[in-house]
Parts: sequence; C-alpha cells; structure tokens
Amino acid sequence: MRGGQVAARAPVIQFTNCRILRGGALLREDLWVRGGRILDPEKLFFEERRVADEQRDCGGCILAPGFIDVQINGGFGVDFSQASEDVGSGVALVARRILSHGVTSFCPTLVTSPLEVYHKVLPQIPVKSGGPHGAGVLGVHLEGPFISREKRGAHPEAHLRSFEADAFQDMLATYGGLDNVRIVTLAPELGHSHEVIRELTALGICVSLGHSVADLGTAEEAVQSGATFITHLFNAMLPFHHRDPGIVGLLTSDRLPAGRRIFYGMIADGIHTNPAALRIAHRAHPKGLVLVTDAVPALGLGNGRHTLGQQEVEVDGLTAYVAGTNTLSGSIAPMDTCVRHFLQATGCSVESALEAASLHPAQLLGLEKCKGTLDFGADADFVVLDDSLHVRATYISVGLCSALTTCLWWG
Amino acid sequence: MRRIRGTRRGLLCAWVYIRVLRLRATRAGWGRSGLVGVGCSSCSSVGRASGSTGLNLSWKLCVTIMRLVILDNYDLASEWAAKYICNRIIQFRPGQDRYFTLGLPTGLPRNHPESYHSYMWNNFFKHIDIDPNNAHILDGNATDLQAECDAFEKKIKEAGGIDLFVGGIGPDGHIAFNEPGSSLVSRTRLKTLAMDTILANAKYFDGDLSKVPTMALTVGVGTVMDAREVMILITGAHKAFALYKAIEEGVNHMWTVSAFQQHPRTIFVCDEDATLELRVKTVKYFKGLMHVHNKLVDPLYSMKEGN
Repeated sequence: MRGGQVAARAPVIQFTNCRILRGGALLREDLWVRGGRILDPEKLFFEERRVADEQRDCGGCILAPGFIDVQINGGFGVDFSQASEDVGSGVALVARRILSHGVTSFCPTLVTSPLEVYHKVLPQIPVKSGGPHGAGVLGVHLEGPFISREKRGAHPEAHLRSFEADAFQDMLATYGGLDNVRIVTLAPELGHSHEVIRELTALGICVSLGHSVADLGTAEEAVQSGATFITHLFNAMLPFHHRDPGIVGLLTSDRLPAGRRIFYGMIADGIHTNPAALRIAHRAHPKGLVLVTDAVPALGLGNGRHTLGQQEVEVDGLTAYVAGTNTLSGSIAPMDTCVRHFLQATGCSVESALEAASLHPAQLLGLEKCKGTLDFGADADFVVLDDSLHVRATYISVGLCSALTTCLWWG
Repeated sequence: MRRIRGTRRGLLCAWVYIRVLRLRATRAGWGRSGLVGVGCSSCSSVGRASGSTGLNLSWKLCVTIMRLVILDNYDLASEWAAKYICNRIIQFRPGQDRYFTLGLPTGLPRNHPESYHSYMWNNFFKHIDIDPNNAHILDGNATDLQAECDAFEKKIKEAGGIDLFVGGIGPDGHIAFNEPGSSLVSRTRLKTLAMDTILANAKYFDGDLSKVPTMALTVGVGTVMDAREVMILITGAHKAFALYKAIEEGVNHMWTVSAFQQHPRTIFVCDEDATLELRVKTVKYFKGLMHVHNKLVDPLYSMKEGN
C-alpha cells in the first residue's frame, strides 16, 4: 500500500492507442496509471492540472484486467501440496512464470493431504502483493480433505476426513490454523458441514462445494449457510439429472438467498469439459462463470515425459497423461489458453470471456474494487492482448513484466 | 483519430475558453495531432501540404463578412464546422508564444451530477494534447461568483482576446445563457435562466424540474462580440425561427444572437431544417455561395505535413 503523498509524486503513465475493458465493454479509451493504481485522468486534468509524464503506445491492443486463477495446484515442476523446506521459492517460481499467461493474482491450491503437510506448508504461503517478481498470492485454496470418498477423483483416499463432533475445531486442528486461507472446498453432505460453512463464512473465507455426491437440496442449504462457489463444475460431482440436478442445479436454483450470486469454476481446456457442457453452463448462468486452470505441476514443462514426485507424467500438447496410460493426469492449459478456448467454444463476446477470467473471480473473493477491473482506483494489474487474445505483455502494479511478441507454443 | 461531434444542440451553459497551445511550431514536434483533430475525424491523414496562400486569399478579400453556410444535415454541418475550425487553427500558425484562443460552449448546466467538467473532458479535452493550465472554465462553485466572472473576463483580456468563438443558439435565440432581454453589451455574469431553458435542461436531471439550477454563470453578449471571429452552429427545425430572427430581422435584445449582425466576422453553419423559416431568396443566395464556402474547408490542412 502506498501512501497518498508518495503516489502523488509518482510518474503518470498514459497507455494510448488501445481498447480497455471497462463496464463490461471494450472502450476506445486511454488507460492512465500512477503509483500502481488506475488513475482518473479527468481529476488529474482539472484538479492537478497535470499531463502524463510518459505515454506508451499499445499498438491497438486490448487492455484487460489481469487474470485471477483461484484454483492452481502447481506448475513448472512445483507441487504446492508437497511439504518441502522451501515452499516459498516454489510458490515464487510459479507466481513469476504465470505472469506470461496473463495471470496477475492466484490462489495456490492444496489437494487432500496429511495433517503434517498442512501444518508445514500453510504457514509458508502468506498472502502477498504481486509485482514484477510475480503474480500476487490472494490466499490458499484448500481443496479437501473434507470431501466425498466416491468423488475424490485423484485425491488420496487415505487422507480423506469427515467432520468430528466439534466440526470447526476439528477443521482448525486439521489445517493447523486458517491464516492465509482464502477458499475451502468441501462436500456439504458430510455431517456438521453447515456449522463449518457458517464459521468459515463469518471469517471471510470463501466456501466452495465440490468433490461431492450432494443432491440439490443439500447444496442449496449449503449456499444458504454461506457457500458461494462450486469447484470445477461437472467434475467430481453427481451428473445433472432432470429430477435431481445435484450441485449443477445451483446455477438456476430459485432457493438461493436474495441478492446472492453463486459462482462456479470451469476448466475450459477443451479436455476436461465437453464444449457443449461448457455452453450449457454458460448460457444458464453467464455471470457466475469463473475460469480456472486447476493446473498440475506439469504445467509449462513442455512435451515429453516428466517425473513429478511419485508420478511419471507424459505431456502431449494440452494433455497430460499418467505415463504409459490414457488416464488424464490433470490439466495443464495455461489461463490465456483457457480464455481463448472458452471464447471459441461458447461464441460469447470477448468482453464476457475476459470477465470470466478477471472480474468474476474478483467478485467471488469480494475484491472487485481493486482487482479484476480497470475502474479508477483499482490496482494497475492488467494484461495487453492482441485481437486473438494472445498475451503480448503483462503489467502488474505497473512494472512491465514480460513483453511477448510471439504466442506460446500451444496457442 | 476519433470523430468528435462538431456541434451540440441546446448549448446552454457557461462558456469556457481555452488556449490552444501548439507545443512546437516546427514540423517535427507535433506529437499527437490531437489538437488538430478538434472535431476532425480525418485531419491528420487527409490534409495536403499545399501552400496556404490560396485559402488565405479568400480571407484577405473578405475581412468583414457574415457567412451563412448551409449543409444538408446535422452530420455534414458538424463535419464542415469541424474542418473549418481545424483549418483556422492551422492557418493561424500557433506556436510557443503565439496562442490560438478558442471559446467553446459546454452544453450542460452546472450542478449536473456529471458536471460540465466531465462533459468537456469526455467530449474534448481527453482527445487533444492541451496543457491543462490553458483550459479555463467558469467555476460555478466559487465563493464570490461575481469575482469569478470578473476574473474570467480578465483572463480573456490577458490572453489577448478570443480568436474564434464557437457556439450555438437556443430556440429563443439566446447565445450562451444570454436570455431574451439580456443587454447586448453584457459581460460575464451570473444570470437567471428563463423557464424555456429550465425546461430544456430538465432532461439532464431525470425530468425533475426542482433539481434544475435556475442560475448560471455565462459570458455576456458583449464578451462574445469582442471575439475576433464567431461561429454559430444551428441545426434542427426547432431552431429555425431563431435563425430567422437572427439574420433576417433587426438587431434586438429579445433575440440576443441578432447582435452578431454587427460583428465584423460571423459565420453561421446550419443544416437544411434550420433554414425552414428563412426566405427562399436568402437560402438560395447562400446556397449559391457554397462553392466559395467550401474553399474554406477544402483543402483540409494537417499539422503533420506542415504548412
């Protein structure tokens, strides 16, 4: 946070010849930035009577708010769920590398793990502002261990848990504390889940429903208790059924609290969700769609075989398999690829696609005043995109982090 | 270069005058041609670097003149006016010590939630590279309003007077907020608004008459008459009677825009609809002069290519 005095002396930078995403539309406007914040040029003109200190020509590109990834398990060989001595440098590596994907803020995600891992790792991932060193850490996303056995997916069965009698304390003991935690994914059909959801919501932690066999009624009650997110819709939950839509039915439920919007994560890599399913969800509830990568450590490693912890993984283009098999081993599509694929698969507007990766996750986390938007006063985290939504440059609290003139190999 | 509306209907509020500063007079240093593009969508690309003598000739021959320029519709009238202003500024050859002082209307009453500062910013200032210190707007929130008006007049004098004043008229023939009955030698002052004006302004306040301000700061008729050149933009059938009173009847303080019959250099730019109350003879005469008038905007000069 910069003091007002310092900010007033900081140079004013004017980004010209661009289209900015503001108010849900791409406007032919200049973007003005000072001291790491988006500046209102009108006030600058009339009250301070100043002009820009520097003008940067954006070559007709699109300027969008920096992408926010609320579910990413690692990347570039780093696994967030691994209890190493230096978790911090692993997080920092990922934070730096995802800038080139247009991601300026993220939630490192821990899958179901033994207690020791939580106790060791969580304190080493503090909330941290972004900068030229890397994307900002908004807080940790804890996916598990309070999830359904049947829908655990790739989570290790041995470490799954259900709530004991004093559910919230049980959870605290499991994680070793909730500092640094931003999102918790749990299965609402577990006993005592409602009191946990209420306690977490009261602490300002976002509760997400996922890896669950809950029916729609249970899911609705969970939302009434405070849940606001669905973890990777369609995956690891009961399939939609016309007489019991399950968690998927939350998208069009009429039993949600008034004024509350339910958000849902979608992995739009073209592999984990059929484009038709993506379209159904988007058409049913476009304002709640949050693009996530759910990326695994193989993200960014390039084609070929890689050893990740105990696993051997084969990467081929956008797909990662358990080596020697046809079993998917998690997603490795970077966020900008997800945005492009989402745009192409749904046929939505460029503005909608960009908002799904920036504004909606910011709204989910209650950060829409300073993240996920280019409104005046917001943090100056933004990404420069060409018309096909390839990342040309990423700006974070305005330092220029990476200016790419060619798209990434899987673009 | 973005297209900017060259005119605005129902020009209502206190006037702003801006000093248009060309940062450098040489060819090399124009930077953005924003200022050149005042109202010009094509200024920077279309202009030819022909010698300026041809155009200047028509100026020199017609130093004192009233022109009535009639275009087919609102868009063409706007474009013509914009090109004219563009050419005027360029021909003036502004520079470091030579400022072109442009007077403009704002179009929104003060106290509007958006404020005329926002209006001027969004519709003009953000598109050009003017030094903010050279933009002067009457401040309706000043503690001593009369002192604010006097200071404004002083600033105009210090700037060497206004080179070109661009404005419109109301259906009652007023210029700026100089309502019927205003003195034709009036200066910048606080003015009570006529009911017609208040009704016309209501649309900016969600139709709630009680919210519309009843007073406004305005430049006076005399202030505008002191400008070296005046351009009045008049479009739409609802202005037709006012235009008739302005140029076919006598000078009359009930139709304050008629004062410009006594101004040495006035140009009225209008569309067909605005001429509906004029004599056919008048319209035919001035339409017949369009080939002369069009020489004022063609060729369209460009800062980039230099003159």
